Amino acid sequence: MARLSYLKALQRALSDEMGRDEAVCVLGEDIGVGVNNVTTGLLAKYGAQRVVDTPLSEQAFTSFATGAALAGLRPVIEFQIPSLLFLVFEQIANQAHKFSLMTGGQARVPVTYFVPGSGSRSGWAGQHSDHPYGLFAHVGVKTVVPATPEDAYGLFLTAIRDDDPVVLFAPAGALGVRADVDMDALGPVPLGVGRVHREGTDVTVVAVGHLVQAALAVAEQLADQISVEVFDPRTLHPFDWDGLAASVAKTGRLVVIDDSNRMCGIAGEILATAAEQMRLTVPPKRVTRPDGAVLPFARDLDLAVQPQQDQLLTAVQEVYKSSR
Amino acid sequence: MSEDAGLYRTMRLIRRFEERSIELVHAGEIVGGIHPYIGQEAIAAGVCAALREDDIITSTHRGHGHVLAKGADPVRMLAELTGRATGLNQGRGGSMHAADFSKGIYGANGIVGAGGAIATGAAWAAVKEGSDRVAVSFFGDGAVSQGVLLETFNLAALWRLPVLFVCENNGYATTLTVAQSVAGSITGRAEAFGIPAVSVDGADATAVLDAARDAVARGRAGGGPSFIEATAYRFDAHHTWEHKARVRYRSDEEVAAGRSRDPLDVHGSRLDADVRAGIDAEVEALITEAVAYALDSPHPDPAGALDHLYATGLRGRDGIGLLDTAVR
Ligand SMILES: Cc1ncc(C[n+]2csc(CCOP(=O)(O)OP(=O)(O)O)c2C)c(N)n1
Ligand SMILES: [Mg+2]
Repeated sequence: MARLSYLKALQRALSDEMGRDEAVCVLGEDIGVGVNNVTTGLLAKYGAQRVVDTPLSEQAFTSFATGAALAGLRPVIEFQIPSLLFLVFEQIANQAHKFSLMTGGQARVPVTYFVPGSGSRSGWAGQHSDHPYGLFAHVGVKTVVPATPEDAYGLFLTAIRDDDPVVLFAPAGALGVRADVDMDALGPVPLGVGRVHREGTDVTVVAVGHLVQAALAVAEQLADQISVEVFDPRTLHPFDWDGLAASVAKTGRLVVIDDSNRMCGIAGEILATAAEQMRLTVPPKRVTRPDGAVLPFARDLDLAVQPQQDQLLTAVQEVYKSSR
Repeated sequence: MSEDAGLYRTMRLIRRFEERSIELVHAGEIVGGIHPYIGQEAIAAGVCAALREDDIITSTHRGHGHVLAKGADPVRMLAELTGRATGLNQGRGGSMHAADFSKGIYGANGIVGAGGAIATGAAWAAVKEGSDRVAVSFFGDGAVSQGVLLETFNLAALWRLPVLFVCENNGYATTLTVAQSVAGSITGRAEAFGIPAVSVDGADATAVLDAARDAVARGRAGGGPSFIEATAYRFDAHHTWEHKARVRYRSDEEVAAGRSRDPLDVHGSRLDADVRAGIDAEVEALITEAVAYALDSPHPDPAGALDHLYATGLRGRDGIGLLDTAVR
């Protein structure tokens, strides 16, 4: 067993894949030096032909990667800020994602886009704190949000190996997570397969990304009153609906915690699907950012907008009580 | 076939393909309409004559000319436009996305200026694999106001990539004139990044071919990107919807003057009359065959509407919940 941090897991996954497959290359801003601590050491190891510091031209280098992928490479792009994904939404959602269908299957675009530090990074305010994973799931781009170091490793590996575009969000709130892992057991984690972090029989809590830790804490806090099952979808598209259904079949009660805006967010989709297709004994709940939230700067305001552990606790208690 | 005859044949093929396509639009066989390339044939023909089959192109919404000149089968191309299962893209792309990756045709593209970065990335991949392939990105005068394209010029020049940018200046972006949209000059944009840029007569296939040969040779030799501005006149509508909508933005006199210099005549006059007539007859037979093949071809099965959505074959849920796996 060794201690592995989430960031180190990402770095290791990228380095391992570059070592395994010559076609993998990485593009991004300040990645040579590795200011986000994911690409650290890669330039020295793999050279400037495969670790490419780009000018601040996100739209161009995102479609540049599409072209390179169409011609046989397997590019990985690091984005410094989650909102840069808004800037390249055209290049990902409207170009890379659409090539396979529009060409009748002639083309594939194996590009991985990753953001080391999505969501709030306390004090970075309105334009650096978004969590736009729901947008990508909505348009059908494969969307991955690992919560733990071993999943960060395994899902990054899978994303890079996948023949379609994949966006990987590494929530800022998860970057500091460390775990004791068996390094030899690290390996690819399939897309579309969720993970039950803690089994329970009363309430299913679906937690996305860093909020898995909050959900586990709540489950522990409530352990002597309510048996909480913590379900981590790990990938939002494809989503493990079977896994969720199996959990809800046991508990009949559902709460979702999701650090993104409420309106048209992934939490709403999870609730809707459960309501349509699963046997819920009481109305489900979701804990999210408010509608259309912009994260304000001051710490207390920032926190007021993000879903909190105590809110989850209350929601779980309410869902549990309303059935008695 | 001589080089001159080859250039003429490509132009004639595009011209007749477009004319017949317009008829098929009016007949309701091509739904959604097309952006006709008529009047600009010498540009696609000239540039693609400088390319090899393994070179790469990206095209535009007005893409039929480029796709045909780069070697796509006109028969399967017309089947694509008519939305048939036998089309280049199995009826999934249509006029604005026609592609043939086996010929290096990375597709027409519905978003103005979007192909430049894709071509440049492909050129990068070509260099990395040690080949001397080049990539060409075609785009219109409207595209030079797109930020992503200007970013791309910078990347291409910075990394000395073998990409040729071909701006087809047909005077208009839909109804907007170049004077209304371009400050400075079109070639000046490329020159600002240190990219060698020339302006050529886009109605003269030989002039285009000469410029493209220089640019392609530079790219293959490691000399980096090049830029060609080819001026031409769009003879027909921006899009066939104009045939009904009758938008007024060009005077009759202007259109008549523009059409008076036909690239097929400019180059056709360099051929013996019987050679030209022979090509015309051969192209006519081919287009007739293409139309018949397209209209006889099966329509794709709606059950497969989202086939190829993912290269990995992933299937999402359907829109009505019937096939959902999680029904409990
Ligand atoms: C980015 C973008 N903006 C607007 C449009 C709508 N549109 C389609 S073609 C066109 C004009 C393009 O002009 P130009 O680049 O000169 O090409 P041309 O049509 O003259 O061949 C416009 C505005 C689009 N498809 N993409
Ligand atoms: Mg134009």
